[in-house]
Amino acid sequence: MRAVIAEDSVLLRIGLVKVLETAGFDVVAEVGDAEAALAAVAEHRPDLAVLDVRMPPGFTDEGVRAALVIRREWPDTALLLLSQYVEERYAADLLSGDTRGVGYLLKERVADVEEFIDALRRVAAGGTALDPQVVSQLLLRRHRDPLERLTRREREVLELMAGGRSNAGIAERLVVSESAVAKHINGILAKLDLPRADADHRRVLAVLRFLGVG
Amino acid sequence: MRIPTPLRRPSFIRPLLRPFRDARRPFALMATGIGVQLASCLLLAVPWLTVNPSHPLLVIAAVLAPLAVVAAATPWLTAVQRERFRALVRVDIPEARQGAGRYGIGTRAGRRQAVYHLLAGPLVALGGALTALLGLVSCCAATVYVWVWALPTWWRLSQSGYTTQAAYLTAAGLAGLYATAWLTGALARADGRTALRLLGPSREERLARRVEDLTERRADVVDAADAERRRIERDLHDGAQQRLVSMAVNLGLAKVTLPDLPDDARKVIDEAHREAKEAIAELSSLVRGLHPAVLEDRGLDAALSGIAARAPLPVRLKVDLASRPSPTIEAVAYFVVSEALTNVVKHAQASGADVTVERFGGILLVVVSDDGVGGADVSPGGTGLAGLAKRVASVDGTFSISSPPGGPTVVTVELPCAL
Repeated sequence: MRAVIAEDSVLLRIGLVKVLETAGFDVVAEVGDAEAALAAVAEHRPDLAVLDVRMPPGFTDEGVRAALVIRREWPDTALLLLSQYVEERYAADLLSGDTRGVGYLLKERVADVEEFIDALRRVAAGGTALDPQVVSQLLLRRHRDPLERLTRREREVLELMAGGRSNAGIAERLVVSESAVAKHINGILAKLDLPRADADHRRVLAVLRFLGVG
Repeated sequence: MRIPTPLRRPSFIRPLLRPFRDARRPFALMATGIGVQLASCLLLAVPWLTVNPSHPLLVIAAVLAPLAVVAAATPWLTAVQRERFRALVRVDIPEARQGAGRYGIGTRAGRRQAVYHLLAGPLVALGGALTALLGLVSCCAATVYVWVWALPTWWRLSQSGYTTQAAYLTAAGLAGLYATAWLTGALARADGRTALRLLGPSREERLARRVEDLTERRADVVDAADAERRRIERDLHDGAQQRLVSMAVNLGLAKVTLPDLPDDARKVIDEAHREAKEAIAELSSLVRGLHPAVLEDRGLDAALSGIAARAPLPVRLKVDLASRPSPTIEAVAYFVVSEALTNVVKHAQASGADVTVERFGGILLVVVSDDGVGGADVSPGGTGLAGLAKRVASVDGTFSISSPPGGPTVVTVELPCAL
């Protein structure tokens, strides 16, 4: 699997390269701004592009705009956006089209190397990785009323579910049994009037549709 | 170097001369004052010296026309007087403010200045002239022994006791000279005070200016503090935070890539990794409390939704802003919501909170309410609410809280924001 990294902070870029290489990616290009990132993706056609949202020259949303271009031009390249803070609009922009192979994480998650590698692999394999913070901020905004019917535990499960985790992953994270997770998910789907779905991916899509971004 | 005693001016003379030395500047002030006033008095007298009007209407015109000229010349006369005080006694008379596009006698300041030029000034000049006369007479009297010899011998022979009278005259003359020096000083002071009052800004204007000045300065201080917070945030983010993340990544990598480590080493690395991640989290929350980047980049809505999403209880957020307020007001509003929610979490035992940010004209209204137990404490040194009230007051905002025992608690903050 080949990857391109665009991150303007040198320290973090070095760290990212090491993590990606550890995860088994072949880092074919590491650049410091969005334009160079687009050029690198055009040249190498990587399987995964890891992009910082804020990059030179404007330090606003260069990474997101580059991501949208990549999505349009080279839809086979999976995208992982890293951001200093959550900007819901960016997440919504990213998730509004094809949600396969998309991730949006806070930069500080890189420090949780194992989980970050997990997210990298998931996204590169066509899955989704949304930061819990992104999910809870999106939940805050949209369709509040049905959500208020969820219990706190069900909310947690929903957030992890939207983050792209499997039942086993959720169970491990919440330190409960897998059957308990399945029960919570059924409860959530019932409360949110969503049809029961079997595949993990369809489940995420359902959650995203519910969030109003899918 | 010590000057030998005989060469120095005898020490008892100096105190005697002091009143005259001190009177030098006032004397110059009064002399020029009399000059200027004499010029305007001459102007008033022009019709009488030239045409000598007889008809009643002409008399009225002869009185009014020069007055009008003086009134019209008010700004110029004021400038002359201001220069006189500045150059001679180092008194700066601040410019009085005249309304935009208005000038001279049409304004209140102009009318006060005319009062100085036509009434106070001439009166002081008259006093000055009388003092000068006193000085002249005293001078003649004090020096009587000098010129008495110039008088014809027959006069001296006919005035038998003239030497005794001359002694009295000399004493009176000296006293008169001292009186002249003192009067000159007193008149100059009176002139200065009157000029400051009438030519400078009025008391109300001075106070208004002071208030304006202080308001501006306080706004500068508040803005500077805010800019400093942003700078610290940037520095922390670009410096310490990046390094911590990099360190945590390396430690995390060590955990992943070195599976055959002895248990002790693995434990140490685990511990270090955990500490690094905690440090990142702590630093992030510190930075958020200062002035988060999202606030500067994206404004209140995005920044507040971050706080609301992180809060451990459900927060309903409603932000309705057509345009962004100034960075300082945004920072205060953010701080208000952040502190108020922290308080709700810590003390209210609430099951939910509502945050509303709306703009009504020039007012940014921030309301944070919860359904908790109430009884919030705003006494200084109490909860964060006291600090919150202070920060709101620093931008002329109002802070109110309603928190009866049993709840609910509602914090209402109004912040001024220019349109």
